[in-house]
Amino acid sequence: MTRITVTVDGQKNVDDVEPRTLLVHYLRETLGKVGTVVGCDTSNCGACTVHLDGRSVKSCNVLAVQADGHEVTTIEGIAANGELHPMQQAFHECHALQCGYCTPGMIMQAIDLLNDNPNPSEAEIRAGLEGNLCRCTGYHNIVKAVAQVAGQKGGE
Amino acid sequence: MIPAAFDYVAPTTVADALAALAEGGDEAKVLAGGQSLLPILRMRLNAPETVIDLGKIEELRGISEDGDTLVIGAMTTYADLLASDLVTEHAALLRAAIAEVADPQIRHRGTIGGALVHADPAGDVGAPVLALDADLVITGPGGERTVAASDFFEDLFTTAVGEDELLTSIRIPKHTGWGAAYEKFVRVAHQWSIVAVAATVKVADGQIAEAKIGLTNMGSTPLRAASVEAALAGGSTDAAAVAAASASAADGTNPPSDLNGDADYRKHLATVLTRRAVLAAVGS
Repeated sequence: MTRITVTVDGQKNVDDVEPRTLLVHYLRETLGKVGTVVGCDTSNCGACTVHLDGRSVKSCNVLAVQADGHEVTTIEGIAANGELHPMQQAFHECHALQCGYCTPGMIMQAIDLLNDNPNPSEAEIRAGLEGNLCRCTGYHNIVKAVAQVAGQKGGE
Repeated sequence: MIPAAFDYVAPTTVADALAALAEGGDEAKVLAGGQSLLPILRMRLNAPETVIDLGKIEELRGISEDGDTLVIGAMTTYADLLASDLVTEHAALLRAAIAEVADPQIRHRGTIGGALVHADPAGDVGAPVLALDADLVITGPGGERTVAASDFFEDLFTTAVGEDELLTSIRIPKHTGWGAAYEKFVRVAHQWSIVAVAATVKVADGQIAEAKIGLTNMGSTPLRAASVEAALAGGSTDAAAVAAASASAADGTNPPSDLNGDADYRKHLATVLTRRAVLAAVGS
């Protein structure tokens, strides 16, 4: 076992983990952060996307030990004071989800996208979400939701 | 999918990493950004006894200048390279290719050194590094040695880096003012190249002074399209001249045949993508 110290959604955690533990399994099984889901388990679909030190990563493709000393933000850590994050609100308003399975990863990647490029074109939004798959084929409303947040706030 | 159990070490210096490699022998595996290695471990295509994580070695990260050379630490991520003004100015071809690697999440974690040592012939980093005439700095128990990119790639997933060595930095001669383009052909987003072509061109007085062309997935290693380079040099930038020069892009290549296309299809793609990449690089 290897001891790691990881701050997740603002809370510091010290845990002993097997080195082979994937970050997504650490989040879900050790910390109970089941908002982050496992989709494809092959690092293709992006459903497990979280932020590591503020940048999006696929948490099935990172070992928990690699997060030692770093900060993780999950879908469970972006709402503040009982208010949905603007991206969550926009997904709600634009009906940017059907089954909802890809949604945690989509939202985390969409936030990263606007951090990187506060005023993306539609093509840039689609390219920025290329690592996230929606099998309900609901991309159109997802793109609308991201554009709505960009238009409202000029990103953040 | 969960990897087989392994011992884990996370050294903080290159010297400690080399010591861990010496101890681990051929049962040890080096972890850079992990974006290729972790899928391999999860699918249990490889089950090393020890994983040596380079993630805590600060000296392996960063981009700097050494006279006419750009020096890139092996653990520098794609995202850091894309954000670098030095790379944009002096190695535009590397930037163009890296922008096409996988997806944003992968580019935040994946490293240039990890990709080069992994040496997947469909990977997007080998061709531009080869075309830019880079030197690869390899550090082992006996110290540093430098290998030209043309000698670095030996075969599928095989490089000049020995089992007791690490790739530590990439030295790229500055190509300041050269036009560049990477034409990647894929069927779906964020996939491996079926074929890709990396072209960088120096234009002077309206003529092509010099051109360098790298090919992705046209053989077991990245390749140079030497006959195209020779045909372009000193020639016109117009579409007909570039198309004529690009016709020999597949000469001497040995591309794979697979579900994405057979070898002849790839050879055809190489000529088309070379023409497009050169024209984009000269700004036509």
